[in-house]
Amino acid sequence: MTKAAELAKMGEVLTNSQIGGRRNIVINGAMNVAQRSTSVTGIGAANGYFTVDRIKLFQSGTAGRLTMSQAAITDLGGFSKAMKFDVTTADSSIAAGELFQIGTLFEGQDIQGFKKGHSDAEGFTVSFYVKGTAKTYSVELFDADNTRHVTQTFNVTTSWNRIVLNFPADTTGKFDSDNALSLYILIWVHAGSTYTGGTAATSWAANNNANRAVGCGSLFSSTDNELFITGLQLEVGSQATPFEHRSFGEELALCQRYFQKSIQNATTSYPSSGGYARGMYLFPVQMRADPTGAYTDASAGGSSIGNSTNQDGYYNTYGSLSASEAGQFSWTMDAEL
Amino acid sequence: MIITNAKYMTNIDTKKVHQVKATIDGKEMFVPLNSANRHYQAILEWAKIDGNTIAEAD
Repeated sequence: MTKAAELAKMGEVLTNSQIGGRRNIVINGAMNVAQRSTSVTGIGAANGYFTVDRIKLFQSGTAGRLTMSQAAITDLGGFSKAMKFDVTTADSSIAAGELFQIGTLFEGQDIQGFKKGHSDAEGFTVSFYVKGTAKTYSVELFDADNTRHVTQTFNVTTSWNRIVLNFPADTTGKFDSDNALSLYILIWVHAGSTYTGGTAATSWAANNNANRAVGCGSLFSSTDNELFITGLQLEVGSQATPFEHRSFGEELALCQRYFQKSIQNATTSYPSSGGYARGMYLFPVQMRADPTGAYTDASAGGSSIGNSTNQDGYYNTYGSLSASEAGQFSWTMDAEL
Repeated sequence: MIITNAKYMTNIDTKKVHQVKATIDGKEMFVPLNSANRHYQAILEWAKIDGNTIAEAD
């Protein structure tokens, strides 16, 4: 590249992109964190978070089932993990209301930079790396505060490709600035005619189900089908920049706002004379909201008689402990959107 | 999210109702009475269906 061309390119980047600072609003976009599990089979019957953190799956009505895993990859420079979907039960008879979506969800207070609902609103740029069975799928941005959406299709091939999708700004409907759900990125990989029968909403519009996934193929069409995705990024504006790599520790801390778990068993103190003892734990990261706690007893004797959580930590109280025995337990905390 | 039962629980220190013990997707969970918690939102929706009730605390 000549010096003049290099300077022109620099000028273009400075004009069109966000300079410095944190660019990727997606948490765990490189799929490196998987606190719950690295592989779960039989997915398709229920919504939920299964493997890689911050990725929520949504389904309705499909008989299709798949295995979702955090796959180790060696054929894409810059990335060592991807989320993998491997179909185990096909569903080639798609009823109108069926759907399967791969989603990541955002708090309103984290996406104010889009200035949505303002006259100077910014565009949205979604990018990710994908490979798998050749198919066409859809990406939808869904504004949960104002029930508005916009969508585009993308193509998958058997080789890794970076997909860059520019979505327009929306001067209608502000995102609430709080800790509640405001925006979904939904990757549609299976959809019935309820969601495909209209005209794709390529500009922001009030939600119309028929316009949500027009042109979307079906991952569940064959048990031969698979799909890999990594490097998911959401940026303010119309310029896709290179994927923003963050350290594992940074990503883990960001994920722990929504989910965290014990690595080794937690313990109470030794009991009082009545056999009671309490274990208290302060979370390394304040959680998004008061989390749902789940505890699994691992004590030789005694049992939990009560617990309490808030955004900052929990306590678990045991009773019926013998004099030299502490209560032991593992735990998970869930404050996902 | 499949909820099969739910019951209010009292805090052992304050004796006030502070959470719901529920079986969700086959697992026992303790859900705070916090409108921002997705499990609590789901339990409230579940309780609107005829036949579903959040049991009173002991």
